[in-house]
Amino acid sequence: MDFQLTDDQRALKAGVRQLLTARFGRERLRAAADDGPPGLDRALWRELGEAGFFALRLPEADGGVGLGLPEAVLAFEEAGRVLLPGPLIATHLAADVVAGAAAGETVVAAVDGGLVEWLAEADVVRGDATGAEPLRSVDPLTPLHRVRTSGVSAGADPDAVLLTSLLTAAEQLGSAARTCELAVQHARTREQFGQPIGAFQAVKHLCAQMLVRVEVARAAVYAAAVTADPTDVAAARLLADEAAVRGARDCLQVHGGMGFTWESDVHLYLKRAWVRTQRAMGATESEDVLADDLLAGAGQRGSVQGRREKGSYECRGSWHTGITER
Amino acid sequence: MDLAYTPEEEEFRARLREWLAKALATLPPKPSPDDWPGRRAYDLGWQRMLYDAGYAGLHWPVDAGGRGATPTQHLIYLEETEKAGAPYVGANFVGLLHAGPTIASEGSAGQRVRWLPPVLRGEEVWCQGFSEPDAGSDLAALRTRAWRDGDDYVVSGSKIWTSHAEVADWCELLVRTDATAPKHRGISWLAMPMDAPGITVRPLRTLAGSTEFAEVFLDEVRIPVANRVGAENDGWRVTMVTLSYERGTAFVGEVVACRRVLGELAREARENGRWDDPALRRRLGRLNAEFRALWRLTQWNVSESQRTGGVPGVGGSVFKLRYSHTRQELYDAAAEVLGPEALDVGREWTLDRLSSLSYTIAAGTSQIQQNIVAERILGLPKGR
Repeated sequence: MDFQLTDDQRALKAGVRQLLTARFGRERLRAAADDGPPGLDRALWRELGEAGFFALRLPEADGGVGLGLPEAVLAFEEAGRVLLPGPLIATHLAADVVAGAAAGETVVAAVDGGLVEWLAEADVVRGDATGAEPLRSVDPLTPLHRVRTSGVSAGADPDAVLLTSLLTAAEQLGSAARTCELAVQHARTREQFGQPIGAFQAVKHLCAQMLVRVEVARAAVYAAAVTADPTDVAAARLLADEAAVRGARDCLQVHGGMGFTWESDVHLYLKRAWVRTQRAMGATESEDVLADDLLAGAGQRGSVQGRREKGSYECRGSWHTGITER
Repeated sequence: MDLAYTPEEEEFRARLREWLAKALATLPPKPSPDDWPGRRAYDLGWQRMLYDAGYAGLHWPVDAGGRGATPTQHLIYLEETEKAGAPYVGANFVGLLHAGPTIASEGSAGQRVRWLPPVLRGEEVWCQGFSEPDAGSDLAALRTRAWRDGDDYVVSGSKIWTSHAEVADWCELLVRTDATAPKHRGISWLAMPMDAPGITVRPLRTLAGSTEFAEVFLDEVRIPVANRVGAENDGWRVTMVTLSYERGTAFVGEVVACRRVLGELAREARENGRWDDPALRRRLGRLNAEFRALWRLTQWNVSESQRTGGVPGVGGSVFKLRYSHTRQELYDAAAEVLGPEALDVGREWTLDRLSSLSYTIAAGTSQIQQNIVAERILGLPKGR
């Protein structure tokens, strides 16, 4: 067992981060947020295609990169980190079935539950979007349409649902990690009462909990990428959604009044995290999958735990010393 | 990223499983919680069985009498012993996980020969004399004093929250050997024989009704200078070595146990009809996500320590923060499944609910752990 990133995986992650930093840095993010309504940057889309973002999991024989789900998860984590806009997951999942999707020539959107992201900009829409009506999207970087028909959605294909949920979890993970960094940067530099606010325990503990949620979600998301097991994906999705949404809220709190302004980037992270929570296999469905899993092994052992046998000893707690390390 | 075990690791697991099945069938009945001599005998008996089978001190270095197992083998050992329902490390906790590893890495050759084999063979029990009434979370504020008198230290003061003190042969004792030095310096690490004159042990009753730990009063106790591990006044550094072991894999078995308890809870809920409540079902589902993730995080941390040469890092604080709270949530959910029966301390889950209250306090409170994460991982400034 070696549950760590391989050298190749580290290199891939670093490469995607470099590309995205160069092509979708903070100024581009702000321009996209401030100039609305948003249009999709086709040149960037093609660049992503050339870099193999959409063809990552296609076999090399079919012109793809020939990598697996763990690598796709690492790439989408980086996309989530910079709030890269566009129907990335739908296009990625169409790489083997829609001509031009793999190369970034064709933009593919998908009906997912009651919503479609980027419908107006898409060349191809998977699922029935008949009668779709635009919403005034809470996220300035994600145009949304509401689909009121009970038509076929991406949800009809269990594999697509599973992959959409896992890649969404990966984006949420990247987003959560980035908001933790932004909060820490701010807490280290912003001074109040004569010292950086990060010296106050109230702020310190907010940041510590952000990191804890990120690291717990990371372990779950990476494991789900390795196993592709539906229960693992459900766990990963729940924890990554929580890490992203609560991470963005806590980041806003650490930023204080500045965090409540349009100029701060924090709201963009929170709004995108909210949009992502609505995608395939959200909280309720994931919790149902995880609850069913608990009974899946039923019958193997006695189901009801008896009273403690008088005199039996099962002490677990040992007291050890807490410590302030300075 | 790889979650598969090698054929060698699977072979190790299979042999361990086979041995556990046979060994556990021969165990005597468990003693009552307050029967300390009985608990001591039970825990040492199990340790002796492990020793005879070659599983004692599995992860200790070979030159300290261990098997030098990899962190992954140790993970498998902890997973399988828990799954099989083997006894918890119990009274051997401090010897095997604290004092032993500290002596193995910081002790002299003579000290290693004197103290390590009896721990592995299940002959001697250790307790931990770190915390004091005025120095719990702020450990470096400890005041128990030791001064030199010939070849002895003379020690006076008191310790508290000392598990297994009633039946321990030895105590890993932190004392202040230089009262004038800054508080993190001037501390020394001593091995104190618990039968030395001047030691009084007074058991403390926990909120769960049991006597899990004790106060230890020291009145001019004489301890040979030869019992000091590490240099005089260098005890803080020695202690850091000890604590890095504590936070490494101390909770692995417990995560496995919590996953089992969660499954039992779901089955009990189905039997008593509460499973039909979607809110409760979803709550159990969310706990399933938590414990699955904590298990993955354990695998991640173990893989990392295997790559970096075995010393666990501060990532243990991240794990402990989440684990201790999730464990409490698990038993709160158990209370909801049990209904009125949750108020019956005869139910194992009720007792476990009570003891889970210690998890956010013991081994560094959640607040201290959050400071460690914020300052040592995130690099936030120290403050008051």
